[in-house]
Formats: sequence, structure tokens, C-alpha cells
Amino acid sequence: MKTVYERPKALSDVPLHYCPGCTHGIIHKLVAQTIDELGIEDRTVGIASVGCSVFAYNYFECDMIQAAHGRAPAVATGVKRTHPDTVVFTYQGDGDLAAIGTAETVHIATRGENVTIIFVNNAIYGMTGGQMAPTTLPGQVTTTSPYGRDRKIQGSPVRICEMLSTLDGVALAARGAVDSPKNINATKKLIRKAFENQLEGKGLSIVEILSTCPTNWGMTPKAALEWLRENMMTYYPLGVFKDGEAVR
Amino acid sequence: MKGNEAIAEAAINAGCLYYFGYPITPQTEISEYMAKRMPKVGGLCLQAESEISAINMTMGAAASGARAMTSSSSPGISLKSEGISYIAGCDLPCLIVNVQRGGPGLGGIQPSQSDYYQATRGVGHGDLRLIVLAPSSVQEMASLTAEAFDLADTYRMPAMLLADGALGQMMEPVDFSLFEKREVPEKEWAANGHGGKRKKNIVNSLFIDPQELENSVMKRYERYKIVEQKEVKYEEYMTDDADIVLVAFGITARICKSAIAAVRKDGIKAGLLRPITLWPFPKKEIGALADRAKAFLTVEMNMGQMVDDVRLAVNGKKPVDLYTRTGGMIPSVDEVEEKIRAMAASL
Repeated sequence: MKTVYERPKALSDVPLHYCPGCTHGIIHKLVAQTIDELGIEDRTVGIASVGCSVFAYNYFECDMIQAAHGRAPAVATGVKRTHPDTVVFTYQGDGDLAAIGTAETVHIATRGENVTIIFVNNAIYGMTGGQMAPTTLPGQVTTTSPYGRDRKIQGSPVRICEMLSTLDGVALAARGAVDSPKNINATKKLIRKAFENQLEGKGLSIVEILSTCPTNWGMTPKAALEWLRENMMTYYPLGVFKDGEAVR
Repeated sequence: MKGNEAIAEAAINAGCLYYFGYPITPQTEISEYMAKRMPKVGGLCLQAESEISAINMTMGAAASGARAMTSSSSPGISLKSEGISYIAGCDLPCLIVNVQRGGPGLGGIQPSQSDYYQATRGVGHGDLRLIVLAPSSVQEMASLTAEAFDLADTYRMPAMLLADGALGQMMEPVDFSLFEKREVPEKEWAANGHGGKRKKNIVNSLFIDPQELENSVMKRYERYKIVEQKEVKYEEYMTDDADIVLVAFGITARICKSAIAAVRKDGIKAGLLRPITLWPFPKKEIGALADRAKAFLTVEMNMGQMVDDVRLAVNGKKPVDLYTRTGGMIPSVDEVEEKIRAMAASL
């Protein structure tokens, strides 16, 4: 019998802790498949961040480091600069990357570090139970924006890829989603490109992935996917915002 | 050579090829020296966007097995505290240099020793220790820097060189070959690619299960116990017959020596114990002196921080007095002399 589907080797054979309907699992799989396809597991170092994906160090078969909240890009820089032959990726959520780690995010991009960032945007703080994130949409209800995010009080959500695409050090800034087979396939291509760029020494590559959080959004997994399409995709359009080689 | 430059050259000499910094007075010469020298020796000097980022770059370098360091001055060390806690929690070796200035807040830019508590008690959250080395000369800035790396590697823990602005800026001759080199263990735990040859390495400080966390902390404290047994460093000066024992570290110890020499001329038997390691602290040695001396005097450039450790070591056996200047003020030899004379008069 021919095997048509199997668990990627770079994905550890352990149960994931993610909630039912959460799309972190799909994204983990896409990253692991890419590591398998490129045959780089033996020299890859992943940097887990703080948030729902904090346990990512248990889920990938490559060497892993767990960084402080928001600091994964700095830790990644320390690894890559001292061990240029490694392939280094960070796996970060929106609170980690776009709030507490904003400086680290912007400056890994200004330096054009030859590193890959996987940025999971689900518009909420999941691990702590559903608080407002830097990417929470206007009007979106969270436990710390119980009347809906009010731009006058809490400001506006940040579009990371658009912002980073203005920086010379960025090779790839692209946004995908994992709400449908079509978008999953497209996102997979972006992730692969983000790793290939690193192998070719092109500079910083970041792939933002719109993701669901049914638990903290208070929706069924199916309704969450629909909400993502209707609300997140309009504020965070899918696409490639920069593609080329970093000016370094 | 300037004290700050001596730190930088000594680090390179000790095989540290990775430096991550951020400018702050009075330690900026370390960054500047590294920026000039590192490219010439095939190393890297990277200026981060913040102290926070610099310590986390240092963590990444250390986690992947490189000998790495960062440096800063007091307010910058506060920013690094988070990273230092993670480094300690991940059992990573590296060197952190603090060339102290006055505080709290932005404080001042003149020399100070007011980060003693921070270095020995509170640099980062959680149960943790740093090996804290306190140089008292430019020569020691160099030799203790070199030794700090080996100590950190031996015990898989961060080491801190706790200097001050005066030592950083002063110029003295220095010999870079003067340090005790030791064999250090291989870094089999490093996360730098498993190469298909071993199981994956995880560098991590998270333990959700409290029993697991307690176990990991206990294991670390077993190592700390060995450090306390084997790595205490101090200098004694004229303590053999001393009635009054001064305790001072760093630049202050030099001032105390001059004051002791002056009062000795008048028959006042004073001596000095200078802790070189602030952690582990020479508590046994101070306790032994407490059996034969009549009184202690702690001299510090802060409001009295190390004096707590001195009192714990003396354990009520003899009175412990305190003389301090703070905010960047340096105690003069005359001031210390006067204090010793007053103590001697009341013995």
C-alpha cells in the first residue's frame, strides 16, 4: 500500500496541548513538513516564545530554546550570529511579537538577520485566557476589552507585515491563513520560502499566519473560521508585502 | 590601560568572541573597545537595540554553546534582570559586567557600589545565584574577567563582574597572562543542531509541574553549594593582630588600605578583609576573625548593603559599624581614618 499522508518526522510524536479547533496544530505541521522537505532538522534550532505556543519546544524534533516573552528574535540573533550554519526559526504569537517584543521584532528586521519568523496572529492572548492583544480588532470583545476594543481608548490593531515591509533588512514579509485547504497550501509555500531564503542568506523572512482561537473567541471551531474570514482577513489582507533580498 | 578596556581585552584573551552591548556611561569603553577589536580577531561585537535585547542575544549565544558576554551599568543591569533570570533558569554560562554608577533611577554617572543587593540578592526573579566577582584594580578587572568565564562554564551558571565607574575609568598596568585557567566541561547540552547524532537538546526554564520545578531548583542549589565550598575568594591585609577589622570590596578596599596604613603608624591595630567573591561570600573567614578581633567596620559606597552579610557572618559576636558614602561620592582616606580612630578610642 502506498503511504499518502504521514506525520512529518520533524514533528514530535506527542499529543499537542492545544484546544479543539485551534489552528496552531496545522501551523506546527506546516513548519515540520518544511523542515523535512528541506532536510534541515539536524541543523535547525527553534526558538519557542511565551504564550500558547510556549510548549513548542516539546513538539519539534530539532534543538529548541525557550525564550522570555517577546525576546525570541534576540535569542535567535544570538544563536545565528554565533552559529551561522544553523537554521534558526522563532515561533511567536501576537502578544509576544507585536506587543512586548515590538522592539526585538523591529530590530531583528533592521539588522536583516538571516532568520525565519513564524508569526501566529489570532487577535487575542490565548494562554492567559482571552485578553486584548495588539492585533485585537476594533470592536472585538475580550476579557480586558469587555465593551469591545475602542480605538479612542485602546488604539488600533497593528499590521506587522505592512510595517516590516518598509525595512531594508526584510527579505520576505507575507501573510497567510490556515482557514481552508487552499489557504493552508498557500501558507505552506510561504513558510517554505521563508526557510529557503535563510538557506540562501537573503535576510529576515517573516510569515504571519491568521489563526483561530475558538476557546477565547467563544465560538465553535467552524464559526471561528468564518469569523476569521469575515473580520480578520478584511483588516489583515492576505498577501506578500515584500519579496526579494534584504539590503544589507 | 583603562579598567574598562582591560575587561574587554581579557575577555577576548579568554576566548570570548561574542559581545552584545548597549551604550551606557560609565562602561561604554567596553563596547567601543570590542567594536574595534572583535572584527580583527574574527569575533563579533553587536550593538543591540536595548539592554534587554543584548542580554537575550547573550542568552542565545550561550544556549547554543558559545562563550559570550554583555556589559552595562546599573540602570542597564535592571533591564537585563529578566534575561539573567532566564539564563540562570536555563543553567547557561556567560559573563555579565556591571560597571556601577549611582542610583536609584537614572541616578548619576559617578562610581557607586549600590548594586550590591541587586547582584547578590535580586538580579531577576526566582531562586537563583550569580557568581559575583568584585575587582579592586585594573589588573583584577582583567584576571577576574578571564576567571569568570571558566567559573561560569564549570558550574553552568552566569557570572557577574561587579566593578564601578572609578575602576572602569582608571588607568593602571595590566598583565593579561595573570589568571588561573582551568579545564572546563564540554557543552553537551547546547542547542546548535543535533546533527543527527544525538537526541534533541532543549534549553528551557519552564516547569509547569511544581514538583518538577522544585526538583530543578534543588539540583541547581546542589551546584551552588559546591561553589560556596570551593570558590570563595578574598584578600586579608594586616588582619593577624587586628583589633578593628575593616570589610570593604572593590575601589573602597583600596581607600581602606591607605587609612589602615595611616592609623597603624599611631599604634591602632586595624586590618582589612576584602571579599573578592561577593557571592559566594567569605562568611566563614569573617566569622573566624570575629573570634579574635574586637570590632568590625564595613565601608561601602552605598547606604550599607554588604554590611548585612558581614553582620550575618559576625553573628553578634562583635559590634559591626558602618561608614558609607553614596550617590557617586567616594569616601576619602581621611574620612575612613577618622572613623577608625573614633572606633579605637571607644574600644
